[in-house]
Amino acid sequence: MIIDPIETLVQQVQAKNPRAIARAITLVEDHDSRAGQLLSALDPQSIEEMTVIGITGPPGAGKSTLTGRLIARFRSEGRRVGIIAIDPSSPISGGAILGDRVRMMEHALDGDVIVRSMATRGRLGGLCAAAGAAMRIMAAGGCSVILIETVGVGQSEMDIISLADITLLVLAPGLGDEIQAMKAGLLEVADLLVVNKSDSPGAETLTLEMETAAHDRSQVWQTDALTGKGVAELTSRLIALDREHRSDGTRSKRRGQAHEREVIDWAIELLRPQLSSAAKAMDCRQSADPRQLAQELLSALELKANPDI
Amino acid sequence: MTYTTQKNRVLIGKAGLDGHDRGAKVIARALRDHGFEVIYTGIRRTPEEIAAAAIQEDVAAIGLSSLSGAHLRLFPAVVEALRRAGAGDIRVLGGGVIPAEDIPLLQEAGIIEIFTPGTPLERIIAAFTEACASHRSGRSL
Ligand SMILES: Nc1nc2c(ncn2[C@@H]2O[C@H](COP(=O)(O)OP(=O)(O)O)[C@@H](O)[C@H]2O)c(=O)[nH]1
Ligand SMILES: [Mg+2]
Repeated sequence: MIIDPIETLVQQVQAKNPRAIARAITLVEDHDSRAGQLLSALDPQSIEEMTVIGITGPPGAGKSTLTGRLIARFRSEGRRVGIIAIDPSSPISGGAILGDRVRMMEHALDGDVIVRSMATRGRLGGLCAAAGAAMRIMAAGGCSVILIETVGVGQSEMDIISLADITLLVLAPGLGDEIQAMKAGLLEVADLLVVNKSDSPGAETLTLEMETAAHDRSQVWQTDALTGKGVAELTSRLIALDREHRSDGTRSKRRGQAHEREVIDWAIELLRPQLSSAAKAMDCRQSADPRQLAQELLSALELKANPDI
Repeated sequence: MTYTTQKNRVLIGKAGLDGHDRGAKVIARALRDHGFEVIYTGIRRTPEEIAAAAIQEDVAAIGLSSLSGAHLRLFPAVVEALRRAGAGDIRVLGGGVIPAEDIPLLQEAGIIEIFTPGTPLERIIAAFTEACASHRSGRSL
């Protein structure tokens, strides 16, 4: 009998084996040719049921520290938690230092907490595809809550947030990033606005500002992630909101939109190698208009994705 | 042509009680500048914590730093923790203030490379590159 390695891997993922879960995520991230087989073999039921919480905000606001606190709350409810912590890759070297885990190390030996750091790898939409796959793998591996931490500054982070069922925007006094967050439209997409470092000077002012900007004052929450103050209340609100969104249709509407976006991201991701080799092969006359060349390229390809992926 | 985008993923960790991680950070940055994805776990980690993080992050290699003189205990303990967790294939490299006579002992315990304060960065990067390549080629899936 031939044992199919992907089938075995999927079984191990579903048996909550941490190595298998990690390996499966890498296969997808690296565009391994077997990724498609792997992803379509995952149990759709667990994916349907999971709760995905997006945590975004400027660097230094305390997202990772707060995430560590949220993990503890969800663990005390007996839930298995997956964390995807996304940081930018260096545009020059393509490398990255991924350090969010440092603030979550108290959970390092808890077998029901799975932390995966992910670099953006210069993908545009493709990040959404990779992170979406990672959360599906974690759900199949028994995680009923997935926390996605991402730096809320650019468009690709906004795309990630669209994967979440519920989004927290974390701000802190003294960073001066509130205005930028507003410009980036983050205030509009966030379900809850968290003023972290509530112990620090300026927290009250920032809270007032946020309450003015929010469409509903009950959207604004204060936390001190270092001591954990306010985290229990925030978690209760998150759980209640999840319940509301499940019953009033918000969740299924968002899931539908997210799903469509993931499909498009995957399509672009799967096309990318074809596009770049076709562009290299084509005479990209510098005098010609790029849009025109793109159209020539697409018709030459007849829009067929790489058959090897 | 198969299209894969494999990256070298490594973990840089600091076991033991001393709180100096400047050396570890220099290595982490140098690796990043050479295209590595570097998981940084901070200071004062136990061998078990480092092994668990390495597994969850699916790294090919771990770089350990020690200045406290506890390397003879801590480096082999990480190798041991990996083996116990079924991850003995993850390569372990180590660096720090390590007396020459300790090097063979560490190598015997499964630490594949030892770096001392004089080791040039290029050699360290080459060693991590090689560790990732050999780990990848030994892997079936
Ligand atoms: N005073 C104070 N410091 C905090 C709080 N939360 C996080 N920090 C500190 O802020 C810094 C950045 O935290 P981190 O969680 O890494 O932020 P991130 O970049 O948003 O993930 C760290 O030094 C934390 O210890 C808080 O509630 N109060
Ligand atoms: Mg962070």
